[in-house]
Amino acid sequence: MANQMDYEMIEKRAKAGNFAVKALIYALLAVWGIVVLFPFYWMILTSLKSYSAYSSEFVPQLYTLAPTLENYQDAFTAVPLGSYFINTLIFTVATTAIMLFVTVLAAFAFARLDFPGKDIAFVVFLSLMMIPNELVVITNFVTITNLDMRNTFVGLILPSVTSVFYIYLLRENFAQIPDELYYAAKVDATSDLKYLFKVMIPICRPTLITITILKVIECWNSYVWPRLITDDQAYFLVSNGIQEIRENGFGRENIPAMMAAVVVISVPLIVLFLVFHKKIMAGVARGGMKG
Amino acid sequence: MKVALQNLTKRFPGRGRGAKDVIAVNDFTFEIPDGKLIGLLGPSGCGKSTTLNLLCGLQKPTSGRIFFGDDEVTKLPAEKRGVGFVFQNYALYPHLTVRQNIMFPLENLKGEQKMTKAQMQEKALEAARLVQIEELMDRKPSELSGGQQQRVAIARALVKRPRILLLDEPLSNLDARLRLQTREEIRRIQRETKITTIFVTHDQEEAMSISDLIVVMKDGVVHQIGKPQEVYDKPVNLFVAQFLGTPPVNTFDGRVKGGKLYIGDEAVLSVEGADDQAVYVGIRPEGFVPEKDGALGCGLVRVEVMGRDVSVVCTHGAAQNTSVRAIIDSDCEIDEEADTVRFSLKPGKVHIFSKETQQRIDCRLFI
Amino acid sequence: MEKQSIKGWLYLLPAVLFLGVFMVYPLIDVFIYSFEEGYNSASQTYYGVGLYNYRYVLRDPYFLQAVKNTFILVAVTVPLSTGIALLISVALSSIKALRNLFQTVYFLPYVTNTLAVGLVFMILFKKTPYTDGFANLVINWFGGESVDFIDGPYWAKMFVLCFYTIWVVMPFKILILTSALASVNEIYYNAAKVDGTPRLRVFARITLPMISPTVFYLIITGFIGAFKAYSDAVALFGTNLNAAEMNTIVGYVYDMLYGNSGGYPSYASAAAIILFAIVLTITCINLMISRKHVHY
Repeated sequence: MANQMDYEMIEKRAKAGNFAVKALIYALLAVWGIVVLFPFYWMILTSLKSYSAYSSEFVPQLYTLAPTLENYQDAFTAVPLGSYFINTLIFTVATTAIMLFVTVLAAFAFARLDFPGKDIAFVVFLSLMMIPNELVVITNFVTITNLDMRNTFVGLILPSVTSVFYIYLLRENFAQIPDELYYAAKVDATSDLKYLFKVMIPICRPTLITITILKVIECWNSYVWPRLITDDQAYFLVSNGIQEIRENGFGRENIPAMMAAVVVISVPLIVLFLVFHKKIMAGVARGGMKG
Repeated sequence: MKVALQNLTKRFPGRGRGAKDVIAVNDFTFEIPDGKLIGLLGPSGCGKSTTLNLLCGLQKPTSGRIFFGDDEVTKLPAEKRGVGFVFQNYALYPHLTVRQNIMFPLENLKGEQKMTKAQMQEKALEAARLVQIEELMDRKPSELSGGQQQRVAIARALVKRPRILLLDEPLSNLDARLRLQTREEIRRIQRETKITTIFVTHDQEEAMSISDLIVVMKDGVVHQIGKPQEVYDKPVNLFVAQFLGTPPVNTFDGRVKGGKLYIGDEAVLSVEGADDQAVYVGIRPEGFVPEKDGALGCGLVRVEVMGRDVSVVCTHGAAQNTSVRAIIDSDCEIDEEADTVRFSLKPGKVHIFSKETQQRIDCRLFI
Repeated sequence: MEKQSIKGWLYLLPAVLFLGVFMVYPLIDVFIYSFEEGYNSASQTYYGVGLYNYRYVLRDPYFLQAVKNTFILVAVTVPLSTGIALLISVALSSIKALRNLFQTVYFLPYVTNTLAVGLVFMILFKKTPYTDGFANLVINWFGGESVDFIDGPYWAKMFVLCFYTIWVVMPFKILILTSALASVNEIYYNAAKVDGTPRLRVFARITLPMISPTVFYLIITGFIGAFKAYSDAVALFGTNLNAAEMNTIVGYVYDMLYGNSGGYPSYASAAAIILFAIVLTITCINLMISRKHVHY
């Protein structure tokens, strides 16, 4: 019976220990959650403060009692935020579309077709995955400059189109489709192209969606190449726009208006993320592990 | 160590809205005598693995109590129970060598039980010797065969001298030949260590061959507990009768009427101590004796010669299964060309069960 | 057969064209540039071949500053971000309630524009005559002195840059680590539990070895990523990074190419190749170490 007491003690201690550990874990997670979310909170908060209210706060306020939308109006009128937006949209849509076209065809050739030189070509493709963008940007800059394509969409888009990694990802997915399907389609006299569009693409839709979303994120946030290739505001993308706003925008100190612009350009991707967060996270996890 | 279960019940919340709880183990009461080898037997999903998890503390029961010896351990976390557990897939740590795997439980000991490295080495070697793998100590699990991995897992479970040893489907990942060998091995190790051992299996042959006691479960309910031969000879209900034995028992629709047991229109045996009623008749395959004027006539399908004995496949209108299988001595003469064959029945191999409750009807059967 | 082979290459043609023009050719060209002395981008002429560009770059104080900054950034952010990500992922994996919410929130920085959020960070950390900024508010709460993190002392600027870099790379690491942790079979934890293994030992002896390939993968990609840092710095300190003493190697490459001090593709190429050599060396060292320590 003395033993029995011991067991009860052990039980209680184990429970208390578990509770303490759980509390600690949640505290840690909450702290990081705040670190992640705080900048977002701050930008929305600041964007809702009027310029005069913001300027008079020597000690920053963590809330506002008089929210205003005038900064958003400024963001669209005082700087060409709308045109940055449209530029980015054109750039993103065009780049992603061409990328999909190129990627699907290449992945199909590697996964399905047989032709001499295929294996070598694939190895060359794979080795290209290791090439850092920083090395090739220099020549591309010179090439586009020499072709007189600075400050054009063509110059912006073309070098951003190909991604070896996506070709690889899609090829792996295509290759998982059983050969029998292809032979069955052949027996029914289906052309390769029709097979690609009627069978392979529908089966691999999840991968295609992943690739599309990742490319859209990449395009929307791209900064380096557009910065090199555009110096005419009419072709600025949002990233360059933000940098421009920061350096020459609303008058250097109109921070609420800057924050409104930041909110506006962040919203599309955040909405996209909230809608597709499972797909996006799964896609990045898969891409990350294979890369 | 004696182990006692009192009204042990485990419910899982059902999935989906308005779903009913799933009862994995229902009101299980049982006392396991010290130093025995117990087989928990049942079809998959019968709650036997849950019972094992409740015993080792990986899951907590919804209600009921568990005792190890005189100590109640119901709410004790797994690590405080002092059980050894051999997982179905062995759960050997792939990055550690065999020696490190076996020593792992010892490194966790605290206080007075704490050991020096040399003591641990010694203990690990002792456990390895018991399962005869001492020459494999520096390999990684991936370099071992299935049977060797199994031995390592057992050594790891035994090294800390557990109060009870639990094995989850210990043989299911082995091929047929190894299975025979390993089950003897388990029996031997259990005899040598005298640790109360409980193992789970869905293979009745495995359970029957090595257990001191078997527990037959289905849908969370314990149907019968007893020595393997007892359970085989006196199944308490139709399920137990059908579950034990290969080939399985042959089940017929029958009736008891006026002291006779009828299958179809034929009176096959005399009955004493049972009221007139509709029954299921279970006849073990070895309960058939072919005789010209036997009581039961069946349609002959084919005869399969299996060496030591002969399997006669027949049909019968009242049979629950499509074919009736009888195992007979290879000395018996059977006319393979005939359309029918007649059997007399060994009363000891015939069981009758109430049609309503499917429970065994205890009565005397004779020719 | 002949037709089939033409068809295969036809499908590949767009990819080959794009990659050839914008990847293979530039890759070769960058080496050529780096050896062409005195290249003039207007007239596209040069007057010699040799190592002068490399010598120039290696003596350029701006480049040395950039190298120093980049190495500090790498040395601070890679271990810290991997460590914190590991801690958070383990914490995440051990809970059930709110887990999805936390995971989604933590991933948010991945989809936001680096430049845009960098601007927010700048405002949080900047000290102006009108306000000390939020970061200083917090420092003051704890009794510290206000510091200008954006235009102030070097260590303060470096701190913000590291902090922001960690903030940016964290989502990816947490995501990859949580999926690696999820792939560790529960049965090992059960086995350890039956043996009464304390939490920390389970982590050190079982979890960590089992996810060690992923951890090393993250360290390697972390090194590569941190060496290529650039837009984080631009977001915080503006485009004139040399003036802010906050330039990175990649920043130096781009500045050489374009911008106020631009127009020198040869110097840019030399610097880019030096960077690539550094990254390659570090990656090889990493791989050699991981061979020794990864358990599979």
